[in-house]
Amino acid sequence: MSPFGANRILWRVLALAAVPLLVVFLPKAFNDYFNYRLAFVGIYFIAIVGLNVLTGYNGQISLGHGAFMAIGAYTTAILNVNYGVGIYWTIPVAGILTGAFGFLFGLPALRLSGVYLALATFSLATSIPLVAKRFEGFTGGGQGKTIALPSSPIGGLSTNEWLSYLTWAIAGLMFGVAWLVLRGQLGRAFRAVRDAPIAAVSSGVSLARYKTLAFGIAAAYAGVAGALLAIAIAFVNPDTFPVSLSILLLTGAVVGGLGSLEGMLFGAVFIQFAPSWAEHLSEHLHYNEATVQSTVFYGLILLAVLFLMPGGAAGLIHQLGNGLKRLRKWRYSRADSRATA
Amino acid sequence: MSEFFQYVVVGLANGGVYATLALALVLIHRATGIVNFAQGEMGMFCTFIAWSLITHHGLPYWPAFFLTLLIAFAGGAATYKVVIQPLSRTGELTVVMATIALLIILNGLAGWIWSPEVKFLRSPSPFAPGDHFEVGGVIVNKQDLTVIVISLICVALVFLFFRFTRLGLQMRASAVGPATSRLLGIRVAMMLSIGWGLAAVLSAVSGMLAASQLELDPNFMLIVLTYAFAAAVLGGIDSPIGSVVGAFIIGIGISLLSGYASSFLGTELQLPLALAVLMLVLIVRPAGLFGQVVVRRV
Amino acid sequence: MALLELENVEARYGPIRALHGVSITVEEGQAVSLLGANGAGKTTTLRSISGTVRTTGEIAFASKRIAGRAPESIARLGIAHVPEGRGIYAELTVWENVLLGGSIRRQRRAVKRDAEAALGHFPRIASRRKQQAGTLSGGEQQMLALARALVARPRLLMLDEPSLGLAPTAVQEFYRVVRLLNQQEGLTVLLVEQNARIALASTQQAYVLEVGRVAMSGSSEDLSRDEGVRASYLGY
Repeated sequence: MSPFGANRILWRVLALAAVPLLVVFLPKAFNDYFNYRLAFVGIYFIAIVGLNVLTGYNGQISLGHGAFMAIGAYTTAILNVNYGVGIYWTIPVAGILTGAFGFLFGLPALRLSGVYLALATFSLATSIPLVAKRFEGFTGGGQGKTIALPSSPIGGLSTNEWLSYLTWAIAGLMFGVAWLVLRGQLGRAFRAVRDAPIAAVSSGVSLARYKTLAFGIAAAYAGVAGALLAIAIAFVNPDTFPVSLSILLLTGAVVGGLGSLEGMLFGAVFIQFAPSWAEHLSEHLHYNEATVQSTVFYGLILLAVLFLMPGGAAGLIHQLGNGLKRLRKWRYSRADSRATA
Repeated sequence: MSEFFQYVVVGLANGGVYATLALALVLIHRATGIVNFAQGEMGMFCTFIAWSLITHHGLPYWPAFFLTLLIAFAGGAATYKVVIQPLSRTGELTVVMATIALLIILNGLAGWIWSPEVKFLRSPSPFAPGDHFEVGGVIVNKQDLTVIVISLICVALVFLFFRFTRLGLQMRASAVGPATSRLLGIRVAMMLSIGWGLAAVLSAVSGMLAASQLELDPNFMLIVLTYAFAAAVLGGIDSPIGSVVGAFIIGIGISLLSGYASSFLGTELQLPLALAVLMLVLIVRPAGLFGQVVVRRV
Repeated sequence: MALLELENVEARYGPIRALHGVSITVEEGQAVSLLGANGAGKTTTLRSISGTVRTTGEIAFASKRIAGRAPESIARLGIAHVPEGRGIYAELTVWENVLLGGSIRRQRRAVKRDAEAALGHFPRIASRRKQQAGTLSGGEQQMLALARALVARPRLLMLDEPSLGLAPTAVQEFYRVVRLLNQQEGLTVLLVEQNARIALASTQQAYVLEVGRVAMSGSSEDLSRDEGVRASYLGY
């Protein structure tokens, strides 16, 4: 490996190590409401890391990621409220159950590509809340289910601080797993399926296996995120998971930069904070209907991002890096020519 | 039996609303290769414009209707020029995301301008809401009939335009072979822009017809978009005829489903069940009912 | 004044330079062939003229500077480019394909008349006008592409490897029409061909390209007698 390559990996490791440090210190440094929002960033982060495995690395678009989150959240709520399972134990169960559902959903979706897959996942996003509404006895119907808000097992932490630490610890773990998985043979197979499906088949990669597997992994991540969401808001009902949640998650993944795991951090921040920036923008206009205006601004911000950085945040950073490299090279070559002259 | 036909008649009216929007989706997909998720909201926005022309500017229905179509055309064409064309070089997903951004913007903008509360747009029909006649025990509502007729006229006009006019032929050519078309001197970007304009006109028609049956609020077209999208995919996303047939199948299917099965499905499960059936159909026929395989020889 | 003039034209695909300063002149009414091995820059030269590749240098058509213009506006000046692979609309019918050739002209009726006349050159496809063009054989598609180009009433016709993948009889039939158009109707033709023998037999002037430069030029007659050309391109 070239020294430059090693250097780059070192930088990445350092940058990634900075995130946990920030996570450890940020909650203490800010007010409680900020911690609450930080927990949400972590939840969205987990969800879109999973979405990125599916869309970014495997090339399958999903407009139904919010539905997978709903399944995870309902798993937690039902297990906890109906069966008295300890709230933290429901998180892995939600991940596994949702993952299995995603795997099964991926089986028929296999035959579909592009628009068809978009429709299939979009259908899922519209259907799951309705199904939840219908089976009232099990899901609590439109009323939803209320979960007891957990208090921190560690002394001296408020509930929101604890939630923030909890989600970020899990997010860190899941990020690590995704990173390891995508670096290895599985990641190569995923990318092969995305970039050259025919070549992948002819070199012995099973399309069906990897496409469904990608669905399963993506769903498992969403399931964990959904479970954490249910815990954080201490409540689930069908309206917690509108179609717009799925769209929001997809915009987050695109804004972060598909095909880059680190970029998802930016994407998650975008999902959590862009709507409130938008609201902030519209507050200056002194109108009553701040929410509709913030919707407009959110859309405009998204559009601006698409125009200004089509590769997402990760793409922008990559471009800046290339620019720096070129600048450095240019300087060196000038220095060289001066030395020889 | 007459009950069955009763549901079919009701389903046809919904089918007409879906058909115009589904056709718009197909036009865009053929020309630009993407699904325009903002298509329904374009129709919604135009319907609000029509409502505003009638309510605030005192225009009679039909002048407002046609003025709205003009505005829709200009808006659709401009959307292509300003948003879609500049982004099309950066890849399909970016363009799809841009249409999602447009969906969000238009939805919010309509609520901002006209407030989110529910409004009513009158029916294009000259008949009163209750007017009907009976054929063999089946009640045909005259307003429903008007909706079916208007949507069929629109669909027919679109087909005639593409089939028999020079501009229509050039637009088809631009969609299937943009590079060749430019070598022949066809202004492809302009053709695609006209295509977006036409699709916007169709969605405006769909919106105005839907609003006469539903209530008018910024979200009223989302469900229409879902069914129209399903119809377009069912028919084969690149097949205009398929999308229209698909739309009527879905319209009738939904009507039958709600008629016969609502007692044990409840209103909530209609959409999930319809979509599940659709998915099953697509698994059997992944290219849709009318998805065609083009014969090629090298 | 020549109809078409290229002066020191360079073209690149990303980092790869395909033309290193090509200068070519085509007089009105002439048929000119561009010969050369694979990768010599023949196709790129045509693309430079029709505006489908980025270039530097001067390109003038009918005394107008056309370098840097969009392909559709170049086509509208009267340059018909039949690209490599023919560019047939497989999904459209034969008749629709031919009609589209007249897209740059205003009078619809005249276009229809010319479309009939163009099909008249090729009885084999004229009888199949309602078929999807994708169902035609390679030779028939090449004829269709030529017929379509003629409907534009071009001042310059550019053909890229028309003989590629065609049966020998189809090649003969195709070039019979090309010669007829050039010699009897005075149509200016710029021809890119691997088959040097038939190209030299059908044109008056010829250029030989080698790795993006003009290596040799002269009358087709002289070139077909040249030792080097015979050894490299004619094979005897």
